[in-house]
Amino acid sequence: MDLDSLLRALEATNFATQIRENDSLFPWIESFHVLAITLVVGSISIVDLRLLGWASRERSVGRVTASVLPCTWAAFALAVITGGLLFSSNAVTYIHNTYYLSKFTFMGLAGLNMLVFHLHFNRGVESWGTAPTPPTAARVIGGLSLLFWIGVIACGRWVGYSLTPLPGTTG
Amino acid sequence: MRTKALMEFCDWVDSTPLSQAIQSHAWVVPTFQTIHILAIAAVMSSILMINLRLLGVAGTDQPLARVSDRFRPVVWWALPLLLATGATLIIGEPARSLANEYFQLKMLLLLTVIVLMQLFQRPLSRDPSYWEPAGGRSARARLLAVFSLLLWCGIVFAGRWIAYK
Repeated sequence: MDLDSLLRALEATNFATQIRENDSLFPWIESFHVLAITLVVGSISIVDLRLLGWASRERSVGRVTASVLPCTWAAFALAVITGGLLFSSNAVTYIHNTYYLSKFTFMGLAGLNMLVFHLHFNRGVESWGTAPTPPTAARVIGGLSLLFWIGVIACGRWVGYSLTPLPGTTG
Repeated sequence: MRTKALMEFCDWVDSTPLSQAIQSHAWVVPTFQTIHILAIAAVMSSILMINLRLLGVAGTDQPLARVSDRFRPVVWWALPLLLATGATLIIGEPARSLANEYFQLKMLLLLTVIVLMQLFQRPLSRDPSYWEPAGGRSARARLLAVFSLLLWCGIVFAGRWIAYK
């Protein structure tokens, strides 16, 4: 079974059909998706700006991440669930959309960037995290994270302009 | 609300050279929407941090006044950016936005939340401990936080629904 037929099976499921055919289900799920994404990107950027040494400078990196990241993960979970539901409604179309694939490339890069941070820098965060301006490597990670997440949002928005309009939508 | 005057105004905006220029370049609307969403992300996360602190859920190692000083300016910087990008989107598609019920609802919610933010901020700048639990106003503080979060969620939702009218 190749990917396309697997995705067609997903599109044929009861809930995917409901989302595709019901007039208000898609926009409702999409609203929660947008809300979740704004909270993911907004809260991550609070950490990124701290890593860059551009904001929250008087507060240690450890404290900033401790108060912000639980919100980020909760919002991310909501974004994944709602995003998965939206995807299921038109899976084959989305998987062949360049912007959709670019969005996930940016998300992968953001994830990789975060992994590097956790593996190499987070252990010593108690010592370097109190300095208003973090070490260069941490600042680079913060800057890259900002750029990757801006990429995620931009590509996500362009997906809506590169598909045949769904019934009832204008973008 | 779709009065005759409003529709005539939309037609006039639609006919201006600026609107025509926006309409003839397909990249303009999604680009400004992207900036608009990024600014919303800044506002939403800042509002969340302030209100979670007001609820006593997150950031409790800092006084509320400091959390508010860190995040309130983000909201006031993002609002003009939202207004500018929003205005560009309106000029590009005036009838789709101005005459749209969800857009009108969004503006109503925005005005309400700005009033609410003043109710929060004014006493706080007079007295940094005004909303702290010891002040005996924790019920009002919680109510304010919940209403503010709901209103901002409503603004995001109404914004998305503009595309479905």
